[in-house]
Amino acid sequence: MPSSDAEPPAELTIEDVRHLATLARLGMTDAELEKFRGELASIIGHCDVLQRVDTEGVEPTNNGADLLNVVAVDAPRPPWPLREVLANAPNRRDDLFRVRAVLE
Amino acid sequence: MSAIDPYLTLTEAAQGLRDGAFTATELARAQLGRIAAVDERVKAYVTVTRDEALADAARADEALARGDAGPLTGIPIAIKDLIVTKGVRTTCSSRMLENFVPVEDAGVMTRLREAGAVILGKTNMDEFAMGSSTEHSAFFPTANPWDLARVPGGSSGGSAAAVAAGEGIVSLGSDTGGSIRQPGSFCGCVGMKPTYGRVSRYGLIAFASSLDQIGPFARNVQDAATLLQAIAGWDPCDSTSANLPVPDFSAGWDRGVDGLRIAVPRELFAGADADVLEATQAAIDQLERLGATIDREQSLPSVAHALAAYYVLAPSEASANLARYDGVTYGYSYTEGASMWENMEQTRGRGFGDEVKRRIMLGTYALSAGYYDAYYKQAQRVRTLIRREFAQVFDRCDLIVTPTAPTVAFRQGAVTDPYQMYLNDVFTIPVNIAGLPAISVPCGAGEGGMPVGLHLIAKHWDESTLFRAAHAYEQSTDWHRRHPSL
Repeated sequence: MPSSDAEPPAELTIEDVRHLATLARLGMTDAELEKFRGELASIIGHCDVLQRVDTEGVEPTNNGADLLNVVAVDAPRPPWPLREVLANAPNRRDDLFRVRAVLE
Repeated sequence: MSAIDPYLTLTEAAQGLRDGAFTATELARAQLGRIAAVDERVKAYVTVTRDEALADAARADEALARGDAGPLTGIPIAIKDLIVTKGVRTTCSSRMLENFVPVEDAGVMTRLREAGAVILGKTNMDEFAMGSSTEHSAFFPTANPWDLARVPGGSSGGSAAAVAAGEGIVSLGSDTGGSIRQPGSFCGCVGMKPTYGRVSRYGLIAFASSLDQIGPFARNVQDAATLLQAIAGWDPCDSTSANLPVPDFSAGWDRGVDGLRIAVPRELFAGADADVLEATQAAIDQLERLGATIDREQSLPSVAHALAAYYVLAPSEASANLARYDGVTYGYSYTEGASMWENMEQTRGRGFGDEVKRRIMLGTYALSAGYYDAYYKQAQRVRTLIRREFAQVFDRCDLIVTPTAPTVAFRQGAVTDPYQMYLNDVFTIPVNIAGLPAISVPCGAGEGGMPVGLHLIAKHWDESTLFRAAHAYEQSTDWHRRHPSL
C-alpha cells in the first residue's frame, strides 16, 4: 500500500463544515460535523498539490467525450406511465406529488 | 442439472446451449442453485430475480428452438445495482433508493434483453459507486470469494465476486475511477472499462458523469469482448455516447502481440507492493517473449496529480448529480420535520451513508465561491495535461501496461482512513481522467495466494487492440483458469 504522506490539514473550521452541510442540504449532528471536518481537511490537504502544477495557458477539459452541442432529435416519445411513476412517490395525493409548503 | 459447471465460460455456455447439452432453463436453474448454495457467504447479490430469470430463460429456449439465437441468448448475467431495471428495484446499495423501482430499462438493459440474456439479479456495490471495497454498501459488505475475510474491491465488488464465485457467467459493472478493473484484479477475473462514450450511460445512475462508463466482467478476454460487443454503440438517449461505428472487437486477434509496442511508464508503478510488482514484471516479460516490443522510455509526469484532480472533479460532479435526492418524487423521505427544509436535510442526512456525504461536501467545497478556480478549474486544467501526455505516449506506442492496483485484496476493515482507501485507484484513475479504454486480466498470485491483475491501456476507441493483447497474454498463461474453492 502506498503511503498517504500526511500533509498538514488545510484550514477548515467547524463553521465552514456547517456551511457546506447547509449548502448541500445534509442534516448533521455536531459530532458528525467534527468527524467530517478532520477528514475533509485531510483530503483537501492532499488535493492542494494541484496548486503547485504549472497550468499557465492550459485550457480546462470539462467533458469526457470531446463532443460539442449535441442536439437530440425533436421527436415525441410516449411518456412514462403516470401510475408507475407515482408508485415511487413517498407522499402523494391523487395524481400529484405532495410536499410541505415552502413558505409557512 | 447440478452437473452443469458453474464456471462455464460464456463461449462454452453458448456452445452447450446450441448443441443441446442443456437448455437455457437448466442453465438458469443451475446458476440460481449456485447462488442459493454460496451467496450466503459471498453476499454478491442485493436482489436475486429468480422468477424473471426463469421467464428470460424460457424465452431464450424458444429462440434457441427457432434457431434464432445470438451469442448472449440464454446466458445468465448479473447486473450492478446502479443500472436501472424496469420493474426490478434498483438501490445503488443505498438507503436512499432501497425501495426504488425504475419505470424504464437502462440502454444497456434494452440491448441485453434484445440479445436474449438471462438476468440473474442485481449486485452489491459501494453506495452510489463511491468506494473501493464494497464495504460502503448500506446493506452489507460483499466477501472476496478467494478469502471470505477479504474485500472483493469496489465499487463493483458484487459483480466481480459473482463472476469469481460462479454466480453468473458474466456481469456488468461501472467504472468511474477503477470500479471495474480494481475488483476484477482483486477477484481474479477480467474487468474492462471501455472508451468514454462507447457504451450508453442512459439509465446508469450518475456518480460523476464525465468519468462514468459501464463495462463487462468475465472469466476470460473473449467473453468480455463478446459482452461489450452486445452493449456498445450509439444511444440517442445519452448525449455523450459516441455516434461511431462499433468495430468487431475480436478482429485481428490471430496476430497476437506481434508488432505491438507497449509502454511501461515508471510513474504508474510507484507505490505498488513487492508481490504485485513481481507478478506485473513477469507478465511484461511474457508479453515480450510473445513478440511485443517493450518501451521503458515513456513518461507520464502529470499522472502524479491524477488522484488529486480526481478527488476534485468526481466529488464536484457527484455533488451536483446527487442534488436530485430530495425525498419528493422517489426514494427515501423523512417527513417528521417542522419544515420543508428540515425534511430535505433529514432525508439526505439519513438517506446517504458517510462516504457519500463526504464526497458531496468535498464537491460542494470545490465548487463554492472562492475555491472554484483554485480547485475545480485547476483540476480541469490538470486533466488536459494528463490527456495530452497520454496522447503523446500513444503517438509512439499501441498500449500502456501497469499493475491494476497497488496491492492484492486487503482484509475487511483494514483500511479505515478515507484517503488511504482512495489510493487503491492510483493506477486506474488516470485512465478515467483521459477517457481511455483499459482492461485488467489475471496475471499472478500475490500475498496469501490472492489474485493480481495486469492493467493494459489503449488509445481512444481502440478496444480491439486492447482485447487482442490481453487475449494473447491470457492464452499464454493459466491464471484465468484458477477458481476459488467455496
